[in-house]
Amino acid sequence: MEKRRLTRTVLCFAGLLLTACLLFCISLMSGSSQIAPDAVWDILTGHRTDAAASRIITDIRLPRTLAAMILGGGLSVSGFLLQSFFRNPIAGPFVLGISSGAKLTVALLMIAALQHGFVMHSGMIIAAAFVGAVLCMLTVLLFSGKVKNMAQLVISGVMIGYICNALTDLAVTFADDANIVNLHNWSKGSFSGTDWQDIRAMTVLVFTALTGAFLLSKSIGAYQLGEAYAENMGVNIRLFRLLLILLSSALSACVTAFAGPVSFVGIAVPHLMKGMFGTAKPLILIPAVFFGGGVFCMGCDLIARTLFAPQELSVSTVTAVFGAPVVIWIMLHRARERNAA
Amino acid sequence: MNQKTVLQAESLSVGYSKKMIVDGLTVSVSAGEICTLIGPNGAGKSTVLKTIAAQLPLISGNVALCGDRLDTLREKDISKRLSVLLTQKITAERMTCGDVAETGRYPYTGTFGILTDEDKRIVHEAMSLTGAAHLYDTDFRQISDGQRQCVMLARAIAQQPKIMLLDEPTSYLDIGHKLHILSLLRKLAKEQQIAVIQSLHELDLAQKFSDTVICIHNGRAERTGTPEEIFTGDYISALYEIRDGAYDPRFGAAEPSAASGEPEIFVIGGGGAGIPVYRRLHRMRIPFAAGILHENDVEYPVASALASVVITEKAFEPIGEDAVRQAAAVMKQCREVICCTESFRAMNQGNRTLKEQADALGILCS
Repeated sequence: MEKRRLTRTVLCFAGLLLTACLLFCISLMSGSSQIAPDAVWDILTGHRTDAAASRIITDIRLPRTLAAMILGGGLSVSGFLLQSFFRNPIAGPFVLGISSGAKLTVALLMIAALQHGFVMHSGMIIAAAFVGAVLCMLTVLLFSGKVKNMAQLVISGVMIGYICNALTDLAVTFADDANIVNLHNWSKGSFSGTDWQDIRAMTVLVFTALTGAFLLSKSIGAYQLGEAYAENMGVNIRLFRLLLILLSSALSACVTAFAGPVSFVGIAVPHLMKGMFGTAKPLILIPAVFFGGGVFCMGCDLIARTLFAPQELSVSTVTAVFGAPVVIWIMLHRARERNAA
Repeated sequence: MNQKTVLQAESLSVGYSKKMIVDGLTVSVSAGEICTLIGPNGAGKSTVLKTIAAQLPLISGNVALCGDRLDTLREKDISKRLSVLLTQKITAERMTCGDVAETGRYPYTGTFGILTDEDKRIVHEAMSLTGAAHLYDTDFRQISDGQRQCVMLARAIAQQPKIMLLDEPTSYLDIGHKLHILSLLRKLAKEQQIAVIQSLHELDLAQKFSDTVICIHNGRAERTGTPEEIFTGDYISALYEIRDGAYDPRFGAAEPSAASGEPEIFVIGGGGAGIPVYRRLHRMRIPFAAGILHENDVEYPVASALASVVITEKAFEPIGEDAVRQAAAVMKQCREVICCTESFRAMNQGNRTLKEQADALGILCS
């Protein structure tokens, strides 16, 4: 059995890696102008410098694909952390309104920047998103102290999300309509327009948070049995909870800052990975969820930009189509388990 | 302090934030000993246990684990000395029973919580001990409550504690599993010199499996002592404020109160033959009288709980005329007499007389 488990884990990781490579290649090749595989290879290795094709690959498709991979992974890990924290299977940055909170503060910053004519750099956007995410997280926490019921927690999160979205819309409506198109696109969620500076920033942030989460995996495992048992196993609960909140907020803030709010990835991917790997061990699941989220978002982004090319869909449209059924499946599955018990 | 004392709590006050629940509690548990907290629902048994497990802050007083004050110990040190089994059900999604039991090794593993072969051996040993070894690869959600408790107990054992703290370990279990869990604790306490402190609602089992019993009532430890000291007289009925019956500590039997009213039926019993009749009449809420019973008859406790009138004779004495006269007087007021016994020997000749009188009155039920 132990051996079978190990084999399964290795096979699953191999499968994810293979899918990731495949999607990565397809992403680079396809788009409004198709570029042949050998040409892509030559451009990547620097053997060919066909100006137009080379620019499409290195300045547009490569950063975009990497962003989808890194941010998708980050978002999924954030979802996994939130699900562990609230012990709620449908918790996630989007459902709990954390993405929307980050979106609101970033929108306010953007409008301020447009009106006062200063140039934003990615650090400012990330900071704004983090503030919004943490504020929303704290509000949800405030409610979670009052409501013990899982459904109520999710409802309060969804409502916070609506309030933040309404405020964002309000702010956008009264903002100068120059450049508002930009904001509008961003607020629907998209990986487009990522440059190499963004990639550097997100890599540092996401991988730092990921390492943090990975180091917490032992405590997360203990926490899965409940707070009281975790405490008896020697987990410093206060510190652990604080770290978990900061890490999940940082991850979802980072994603929102670069790609806008992306729905359902945070909920769906951790469950898909739990099912696929057949385990709940955080030590395995955290890297698995990161890879899975990367693959999921690369795939969704590919569909978003190629399905009705040159017209581009928002990535949330695609993630919702694939992610929402997973949520329904979770609920049905849980209902069946409850009935069986 | 005794060398073997594992847990020493002195003038402990426990509760939530400002609200005191139990005050002035002193507990001392030695290695190999089982200490059981009993008391009505909401008396604060769980609060006491949570405080000893350092999950609730002390309001005042002192707790020492193996000689060190609880508030000077780090979480990790506590976890190597004390393991818990709690009432709350855990929701272990996609965890096998093995995974759950292995979390007991948490305090001993490194940064990533990877188990060594030695850790795995300890977990296997603990699971074999509780009879859960065959469940190692089974999903934790798919097993019964009884099996779940065995796995959780294995988890607590794998933590290799000096003291185990169990909150109602036998609740929700069938009688077979109740006995299994408590016998295991007894064995563990003796063989591995673990101190056990637990709360129980099964009084009969608490009486049989504890070395010390602490009764939590009215915000304090009302009584502390050996089971023999605690389970005497009417104390248990008082402790639980029983109004609808009585608890007989000699047999661990709870009996409901008798149907009220003048007796309608007279039951001539003895030797246990009357018990089913008492039970049936009680179920039908028909007030009845029972007699003539020796005070050492097996059915005397049941009769005195369920009958409105019991006519008795002293133990080891032949039934005397006084008793017969008394019984006959009661019997005459009844509409029916049921005789449950056929053998009238030297000691219960009086009952033969009684039966004959009933027959003569024409109220003897054949």
